Amino acid sequence: MGDWWTTATIEPSIENHEISSISRMRMSPSRHHNNLPTMHSSAMTLSKSSYNVLSAFCTEENVPQCTSYINQEMDSLGFSSACIEASSPEGSWGLNTVPALNMMYELLQMHRRSQRSLQEQETEQLKSSSALEHLQITNSRLKDQLELYKREKSGLLETERQLQLKNKTLQNSLKTEKDEVQKLQSIIASRASQYSHDAKRKERESTKLKERLNQLLVDKRDKKLAIDVLSYLGRADGKRSQWKTGKVEARHEGEMYKSLLSDYEGRQRALMLENVELKKVLQQMKREMVSILSPRKSCSRGDRAEDSLERASSDREEVGDCSKETLDQSCDHARDQSCEHAREQLTNSIRQQWRRLKSHMEKLDSQASLVQQSQQCAGKELVPRQIHEEEMERMRLEVQQCKDFIQTQQQLLQQQLNSPCYDDETAALLNDCYTLEEKERLKEEWRLFDEQRRNFERERHNFTDAAIRLGHEKKAFEEDRALWLKNQFLNMTTFVDHKRHSTSETPRALSVSSEPEMRIPSTPAMLTKSRTYTAFSTPKAASDAGMPSTADLYRTLCLIPDRSSSSVGSSKQGRWQESNTIHSREDTPVRSKHRHGDGDCCSIFSLGSEENRLN
Amino acid sequence: MNFSEVFKQSNQLCRVSPDGKYLATCVQYRLVVRDVNTLQILHLYTCLDQIVHMEWSSDSLFILCAMYKRGLVQVWSLEQPDWYCKIDEGSIGLVSSRWSPDGRHILNTTEFHLRVTVWSLCTKAVSYIKYPKACQKGIDFSRDGCYMALAERRDCRDYVSVFVCDDWHLLRHFETETQDLAGVEWSPNGCVLAVWDSCLEYKVLLYSLDGRLLSTFSAYEWSLGIKSLAWSPSSQFLAIGSYDEKVRILNHITWKKVTEFDHPATINNTKAVVYKEVERKPVVGSPDLSIQQHITMGSTLFNTQSKYEICPLPVQVPVVKPDLDRANPKVGVSSMAFSSDNRYLATKNDSMACVVWVWDMQRLGLLAVLEQTSAVRCFQWDPRRPRLALCTGNAKLYLWSPAGCVSVQVPAEGGFQVQSVTWHCSGDSLILLGKEQLCLCYMEVGEEEDDIK
Repeated sequence: MGDWWTTATIEPSIENHEISSISRMRMSPSRHHNNLPTMHSSAMTLSKSSYNVLSAFCTEENVPQCTSYINQEMDSLGFSSACIEASSPEGSWGLNTVPALNMMYELLQMHRRSQRSLQEQETEQLKSSSALEHLQITNSRLKDQLELYKREKSGLLETERQLQLKNKTLQNSLKTEKDEVQKLQSIIASRASQYSHDAKRKERESTKLKERLNQLLVDKRDKKLAIDVLSYLGRADGKRSQWKTGKVEARHEGEMYKSLLSDYEGRQRALMLENVELKKVLQQMKREMVSILSPRKSCSRGDRAEDSLERASSDREEVGDCSKETLDQSCDHARDQSCEHAREQLTNSIRQQWRRLKSHMEKLDSQASLVQQSQQCAGKELVPRQIHEEEMERMRLEVQQCKDFIQTQQQLLQQQLNSPCYDDETAALLNDCYTLEEKERLKEEWRLFDEQRRNFERERHNFTDAAIRLGHEKKAFEEDRALWLKNQFLNMTTFVDHKRHSTSETPRALSVSSEPEMRIPSTPAMLTKSRTYTAFSTPKAASDAGMPSTADLYRTLCLIPDRSSSSVGSSKQGRWQESNTIHSREDTPVRSKHRHGDGDCCSIFSLGSEENRLN
Repeated sequence: MNFSEVFKQSNQLCRVSPDGKYLATCVQYRLVVRDVNTLQILHLYTCLDQIVHMEWSSDSLFILCAMYKRGLVQVWSLEQPDWYCKIDEGSIGLVSSRWSPDGRHILNTTEFHLRVTVWSLCTKAVSYIKYPKACQKGIDFSRDGCYMALAERRDCRDYVSVFVCDDWHLLRHFETETQDLAGVEWSPNGCVLAVWDSCLEYKVLLYSLDGRLLSTFSAYEWSLGIKSLAWSPSSQFLAIGSYDEKVRILNHITWKKVTEFDHPATINNTKAVVYKEVERKPVVGSPDLSIQQHITMGSTLFNTQSKYEICPLPVQVPVVKPDLDRANPKVGVSSMAFSSDNRYLATKNDSMACVVWVWDMQRLGLLAVLEQTSAVRCFQWDPRRPRLALCTGNAKLYLWSPAGCVSVQVPAEGGFQVQSVTWHCSGDSLILLGKEQLCLCYMEVGEEEDDIK
């Protein structure tokens, strides 16, 4: 580009031909297309300046050369060379305009196209470069990630390796521990066997020693070992001792067995008694079962039961007889049999009865359930009960609701007490939902307010009327005054006299009117009323002092409650107040006339507002 | 309730004769025999050395006094004060001496349990029984005095020999299936012999008189086993107290467990009544205590008053954690006793030394718990009535009956501390033994119901 510039600057000094060739070289379209976007943009900027150069390219003198050159160029670019032709090659040089224009147009078109395609390519390149950038970034990021993962992986591998190592060592230690345990167990077992063996050995030794000791003692014939009795005693039972013979032995055996036998017999007797008792209990149970079951049973069943009962009772008798019998072997056997027999029968019958009782109970159970179901389904008695229950449920629900309501109210009250709400509307809302009474009262108040408002509306109407009238009167008065002044003026002999008179009079009137204004803020409302009354008695003063004192007046009339007090009041009151002031501003001239009514109204209103505040 | 004056005694040797007429006490080397009712000294015998063991013969005619260190036994007669008998075991030594049930033989066990010598007072005959086993209860006589069971150890195996006491005839001799036999005990009816293993193994074997094995019972393995065993007077129940702080009751028909009584640290059995002894210190400086009262109260002024209070359930019983690493840990049921009418069982768990448990054997459940302020030394049932006497080593006697519980201050001077109690066989009086003294306590038969509140 720099080169280009240099050629451009140099150009005027060099011969045209050469320059054109150079420029041609430079300005070849293919070259142009290959330019970078940055180059192109600078080329674009150049085009304007190059025009000046090009204009220098074709001068008056070298027109034919230029045309030929152009033609050549056009040919090389593929346009018809005949398009641009010097109408007369020599002498009169002029352009064949139509083809030249066409050519130019085409060139322009081409240029535009190329420009467009260039632009497109540029944007495309931008896009692709940005995409490339993005891809590069992502690539680098991915590379980083890959690195990170690689590192992580290596770390994990390392930890795994360590864990494996640990595991291996642990396994080894476990194995050694197991071995240890096994060894210890075997040691314990061997110790135990050794201990028992030793114990046995020691015991044997000790018995041997004892034996030896005994032998020694016997051999030694211990002199001291002796009994020294004054005289031998008789046996406790008085009998003489007997020789040890086989007979005695047999007797001992016999006695032993006798005692054993007696013991067994005693035990058997006790068991028998117990058995009898149990049987009695069973019998009674059975009888009771039968008596429970029989009334509803058929005759045959009852008979059977009776039968079995009789049989059992006979068995019992038999058993009783048996127990009374002497206890010899054969009888024992017989009794055993009978016992078994009786027991079987008894248990069988009991089982039967029990089964029957069970089934009966089950039947009863099912019946009871059926009855219950039927009662539940269709019982007329139960319908009112259901209703009653529903009613109860409903009432309970209501009670619960009421309780909830009360609770929420209490909560709200608490909330209100805890954090006084400055938002008028929410306060009103809270008041609303606080109690029904409150609502009622509020409604009452609202009604009162409405009434008052209506009153006030009426009053205002009157005011407006009065204002209109006053306006008329004022007009008349102005006219009168003008007349009077005119008369005065006309009557005056000297101008100075008249001037002094007029100046002396106006301050007087002003002073009179300003007096109440000064006092109003400092004196109580009632007092100011009376004062204002006197002050406003002169219509002239009223007209003078009216404009600045409107707000004061309203304040004195309690039409505008104090800011502090109004802040607690309802928003509606505030709005009403505003409208009131607007109206009253309109009515300023007339206020003296309707002061009395105003005052009344305001007193009512203030009462209301006070109530409001209290609420 | 009346108390006698205090007498001296030594070695806690004080026995009432089986017929209930005499009271024999030992004071050093002297033996004093008194009339139980009058407490007059009837006889005074002087032995050769300090008496270590003393025992009445079954017919209440003779008294045996043993001096183990010297290996001497002296026998005295009540009927013939001049009569004497002296048995010298010589150099072999003596560790135990006892009467045979007939009152005419004396069984001496020599040192090292080398043998048991049976000395007859009727004849010159001397019998030896070899291989007696040194164990918790190696010898037991049946209640009727007919048979004697003796534990033996031969060739590292346990045997039981049953002798006829009449002529020391060996009736049965059988090997028992025990590792290390710890004791033998006859059932009160004399037909069943209970044999139990040492504490290392929970095992009870029941043998018939003729040596047949009736049954074996083992509640658990691999833990310390039996600590005590008791037959009910009717032979109907066998109570086994063990180191797991439980009592298991076996029946006499199937020899299976009927029930087991647990001794929990927290009592919440609603059917049980928990009596807790509460001590009250007398207020010394209180104005209402006159001088006269001071004098009458005497020594009791320094003793604390106590009474029983019924605790609302559940009750936490004080438990002393035993050192299980040492031998004979203080845990488990160490003593049990059935009342004479078989209705109640009193037990004591060593880890709860202050507590006596009374169980109802009809209901097979806990009936009462007596929580004392100090460790229970001894308890014994009245031989006639369901009444339990116990002492805790202080100057008080405690009585329990189904009607309630009472603690009685012993009005003896000089810090009389009741170490053990013994009922007179009539159940009308109690012998209270202190460290060096003794005292009789008479129950007023007619007013006993008033005493027991």
